[in-house]
This record gives sequence, C-alpha cells and structure tokens, in this order.
Amino acid sequence: MLVTRAKAGDYEAFDELVSRHERRLYALSLGIVRDQADAEEVVQSTFLSALEHLDGFREEAAFGTWVSRIATHAALKIIRKRRGLETVPYQEEPGDDEQDTPHPEYIADWRGDPAEITERHELRKLLDEAIASLPENYRLVFVLRDVSGLSVAETAQELGLTEANVKVRLMRARLALREKLTRAFGDESTRVVPDHTH
Amino acid sequence: MKCEDLLRTLNDYVDGEIDPGVCDDFAEHLQGCNPCQIVVDTIRKTVSLYKNEQVYEVPLEFRTRMHDALRDRWQETHCGA
Repeated sequence: MLVTRAKAGDYEAFDELVSRHERRLYALSLGIVRDQADAEEVVQSTFLSALEHLDGFREEAAFGTWVSRIATHAALKIIRKRRGLETVPYQEEPGDDEQDTPHPEYIADWRGDPAEITERHELRKLLDEAIASLPENYRLVFVLRDVSGLSVAETAQELGLTEANVKVRLMRARLALREKLTRAFGDESTRVVPDHTH
Repeated sequence: MKCEDLLRTLNDYVDGEIDPGVCDDFAEHLQGCNPCQIVVDTIRKTVSLYKNEQVYEVPLEFRTRMHDALRDRWQETHCGA
C-alpha cells in the first residue's frame, strides 16, 4: 500500500500518491476558484498539508478522499476571502431555487465520442468555457458533487445549504452544461424538437 | 409520467438514487419518448466528461515546481536537512 510505505518514510511512495491524485485535485480546485494561480496554490498547499499530517492520517477514508476534502476547504476559503465573507455560508439567492425547471431546448444525440471528436486541449477549452458560464452557486455544487465526488449531504454541509438546495442546483447545473455541450457535440441530423406538452 | 415529471426526478435517476416504483415509471416514459431518452443520455455523458480527470492537464512548470517543493519539504521533515 502506497500510504503505508509513505508513512514509513518512503518518499517515492508519497510522490506516486501525488502523481495519482494531482490531476483530479487540479480540476477540482480550478473548478472552484476559476483562476490558475489560485488553483496551483490550492493543490500545492494541499499536498504540503498531506505530507505534514501523513502520520495522523488514519486511513478510515481513502487518501484521494482525504486530499479532496483538504483541497475543497482551501479552495472555498479563497472564494470566501474574495467575497470578504470569511465564515458566512453560501446563502441562496431569494427565489433562486423556486423558479420553474429549465426545459432542454437543444436535443440531439452526440455524434461519437467527444474526446475523439476534438483535440484534447480543445475539449478542455470547451468544458472550461461551459463550466465558467455557470452562476457560481450552481458551479460550486456541480464541482463538489460531480468532480470531487462528495455526497449530497457532504456538499450541503460544505456550502451551508440544505440537501434540497443542493439537488435543485445540481440539476440546473447539469442541464445548463448539457445544453452548452450539446451545441458543440450535437449531431444536427438527430435533433428533435422538445414537445413540452408530452 | 410526463416529461415535466421526469425533469424533476432526472438527477435521482441518473445517480441511481430513485425509488423503485418511480424508476419503473421513468423507464416506461423513456421507452416512448425519444427526446427525454436523449436528454438522459447526454446528461450522463456530460457528468462523465467532467468526472474524467484525464481531460485535465496539470501545467508542466507548476508540476515540476510542486514536486521539487514537496521533495524539499520531505527532506526537511524526515532527514532534518
């Protein structure tokens, strides 16, 4: 086990742990803070923290889960600091979660595998632009749930929301991203017009 | 189940957290509604794309810098250097 070897003083084992988790932590951090320099700071500080507290890591959760949580806390702290709100949780905007469910408009099968369709960097650019277009309150829920893998309850706790809020915002985020990505990847020949009376 | 009802339970269905009875209604609706089937498929693909960490690249310069910093810190804490 890499963690066991790292705790025993094997640096190569720790370095391997870092290599295995750095992409996901970078994606998670960038998704939250939306700034490359800040994301790099979050990732580096997370692994430094893991290095310094490795002896205390009880291995009740997986190493990846542990560092994800550290990174999430660090990234959210940066966002709160930007907003001048050190401890205030993410208050829902009035009426935001009460609005009607958005209806999908552009409905078409995606032609083939998106990763094969576009060059990888173009795919990243598309994914990045799509997620950047989300309102922050939807983006944070999506990143914590679907990129970081936190549960609904954990996401609610991190953001100071109810579980119902998390579910509504997650749905809106997923539908909005789906809409944007379908406009890039959709096969126009399979496009169907939604019948909202069905 | 109508399309509107499906939208409300879409997340639970995609995440496999739906009540079995509702799941049956959902599946039955999908069999007869191509637009909803496409929406469910493309939602799954959307989530899958963002979950796939291989899409993301850690900038090389940062990666090198970070690994050097971690190695230095490890030596300080483990070897007293």
